[in-house]
Amino acid sequence: MNFDLPEELQDIKRLARDFAVSEVLPTVDADDKAHRFRRDLVEKMGELGFLGCVIPEEYGGNGLGYLALAILAEEIARVHSSLRIIFAANTLGPAITIWRHGSEELKQKYLPGLTSGKLLGCFAMTEPNAGSDVASMKARAVLEGDYYILNGSKMWISLAPVADIALVYAYTDPSQRAKGMSAFIVDMKSEGITVEAITEKLGNWSSPVGTITFENCKVPKENLLGREGQGFAICMQQLDNTRLASAAGAVGVAQACLDAAIEYANTREQFGQPIGRFQMIQDMIAQMCVDIEAARLLTYRAAFLKDKGVPNTLETSMAKLFASEAANKCADYALRIYSAYGYSEEYPVARFFRDAKYYQIVEGTSNIHKLIISQDALGYRKANRSS
Amino acid sequence: MKVVVFTKQTFDTEAKITLDDQGKINPEGVSLIINPYDEFAVEEALRIKEKTKGEVTVVSMGGPKAQDVLRQALAMGADRAVLITPELEEMDEYTTATILARAVSRMEYDLILGGWRAIDDGSAQVAGRVAEILGLPVVNMVIKLEIDGGRALATREIEGGSEVVEVPLPAVITAQKGLNEPRYPTMKGIMQAKKKPMEKLALSDLGLTAEEVVPKVRALKYFLPSPRAQGKIVPGEPAEAAAALVRLLREEAKVI
Ligand SMILES: Cc1cc2nc3c(=O)[nH]c(=O)nc-3n(C[C@H](O)[C@H](O)[C@H](O)COP(=O)(O)OP(=O)(O)OC[C@H]3O[C@@H](n4cnc5c(N)ncnc54)[C@H](O)[C@@H]3O)c2cc1C
Repeated sequence: MNFDLPEELQDIKRLARDFAVSEVLPTVDADDKAHRFRRDLVEKMGELGFLGCVIPEEYGGNGLGYLALAILAEEIARVHSSLRIIFAANTLGPAITIWRHGSEELKQKYLPGLTSGKLLGCFAMTEPNAGSDVASMKARAVLEGDYYILNGSKMWISLAPVADIALVYAYTDPSQRAKGMSAFIVDMKSEGITVEAITEKLGNWSSPVGTITFENCKVPKENLLGREGQGFAICMQQLDNTRLASAAGAVGVAQACLDAAIEYANTREQFGQPIGRFQMIQDMIAQMCVDIEAARLLTYRAAFLKDKGVPNTLETSMAKLFASEAANKCADYALRIYSAYGYSEEYPVARFFRDAKYYQIVEGTSNIHKLIISQDALGYRKANRSS
Repeated sequence: MKVVVFTKQTFDTEAKITLDDQGKINPEGVSLIINPYDEFAVEEALRIKEKTKGEVTVVSMGGPKAQDVLRQALAMGADRAVLITPELEEMDEYTTATILARAVSRMEYDLILGGWRAIDDGSAQVAGRVAEILGLPVVNMVIKLEIDGGRALATREIEGGSEVVEVPLPAVITAQKGLNEPRYPTMKGIMQAKKKPMEKLALSDLGLTAEEVVPKVRALKYFLPSPRAQGKIVPGEPAEAAAALVRLLREEAKVI
């Protein structure tokens, strides 16, 4: 047992913080209020190798691993939650999935772009009537000659309005239920694709989200990942990965709330003393400190297991559940501490409060994670199975 | 072209400085960074290296934690590092410069770079002293540097304008803000840094004794700026309040 971060991970944490403070922080407020997605920042992150952590060097990555990625995602989210999406939309969504299940041609074609940030990815499972129940999706892909003909509509797809490629899940054989689902890489410039941005949403304003409609969209058959019928398994594995970036992002938001709360509690005075001197404020600060520490350790453990290459669905679920609840509690407490000034758009706490909500919903709602964890504990359904 | 760069680990510019019970600066819990002016020097050295297929050695003197700044410089692209841990109770600029000059004199170099000052003690003496000991020309506060054969053309800020000076190499050049925009280390650079050589030297490895580097200057006392006094609101009708304010400015604040 060892809780020390190795030197290179300490250096990575310092680099990520430095980058976030110097490159992201100066414009974060303006970017967020303008709902501006900063593709240029994504490219800068790509140049520094932020998006290549779990991809080997031969495909443009650096193989530093999941823990390195979790550290980066936390530090980026600590400054701007919206920007964190790229760790899921590129690296842990399409890139790692292509690397695991794609042909050599697909790897050559897409991985260097996804790891450098020159290409933007997204992943699409959710549909208007298929949220938590992923297997209830309706999208269909039918093989005709050299192409799969894709039909269906996906909703709430992060980065859909700006993405170059999408990892799309659809049924090739609906009669087989989950065993009839398949996964594809789709070029977003293909004919038969319409994207509509969802412009009015609660938070994560600088992370565009949209609806994708496929109407007889031709997908080259080489773009199938794995084999037909493996889609659901690939999807569950992908969620296991993207959940790590969510957990890390939630830790970042929680930390941002604590940073802000401490600063304010030390400066705001009421009844002749800094409000930090009141025990009820101290109670909130203490709870925030402990929740963040616990969330971070759970997240690090999930990442550590991924780096070891052992099954980790249960631990990842625990990290994602705890960290997203912690982010929301910390955002709530930070807002209480800031009070009216937290309610105002002049301070970043209102943004943290809006952005925190996202983490309870995506990649399995908190309820879904409770299901995974409790069913495992009760012996109904083991969470960790080697795939 | 072989370039040696001096890098010092300093307190973070955002750090809140406190004094301990002995009245010394309390290093506990303060985050440490590479001295920003030294970072410009590292960046400049890397640019020279890239142009001339050169080699960059970074040198730092300090405690074991100073390794962090050396690793950062290595991750940015420097080739090797030298960490000197003299373990002395008291040091001044004479001590530091004597040790650094001795360390550099064991190396091959065409150019020595450093920041023009460290943001912590701000004495701006070390590079100049090293140049003096080694008998080299020194140009301070450089904002543009060109290397041409055996010479350096350095542009420096002077009151009301700039000055371009030429010196033969080897020389000591100190960096001022504006010289360049330092790069971030990359993830790959951070991994490679682990494998680059880092030489660790004690005072005795340099053939020096503590007596030879006894400081000539001693700090007597440190104190923090007095906290900003509470503002005062002068109440009353505008005319009366203005009169009261003028009286206070004259009699209490003694500024008019
Ligand atoms: C900003 C944003 C970005 C997103 N990005 C993406 C993306 O990039 N790609 C993508 O595919 N999807 C994305 N999603 C969709 C997201 O994954 C889904 O919203 C999520 O899976 C939940 O589905 P739902 O919202 O339809 O809720 P529902 O599944 O309809 O759930 C509604 C409520 O019922 C609860 N519930 C459902 N089933 C159970 C159960 N069995 N037991 C107990 N409670 C249950 C849920 O916890 C929730 O409280 C995004 C969503 C948002 C808001």
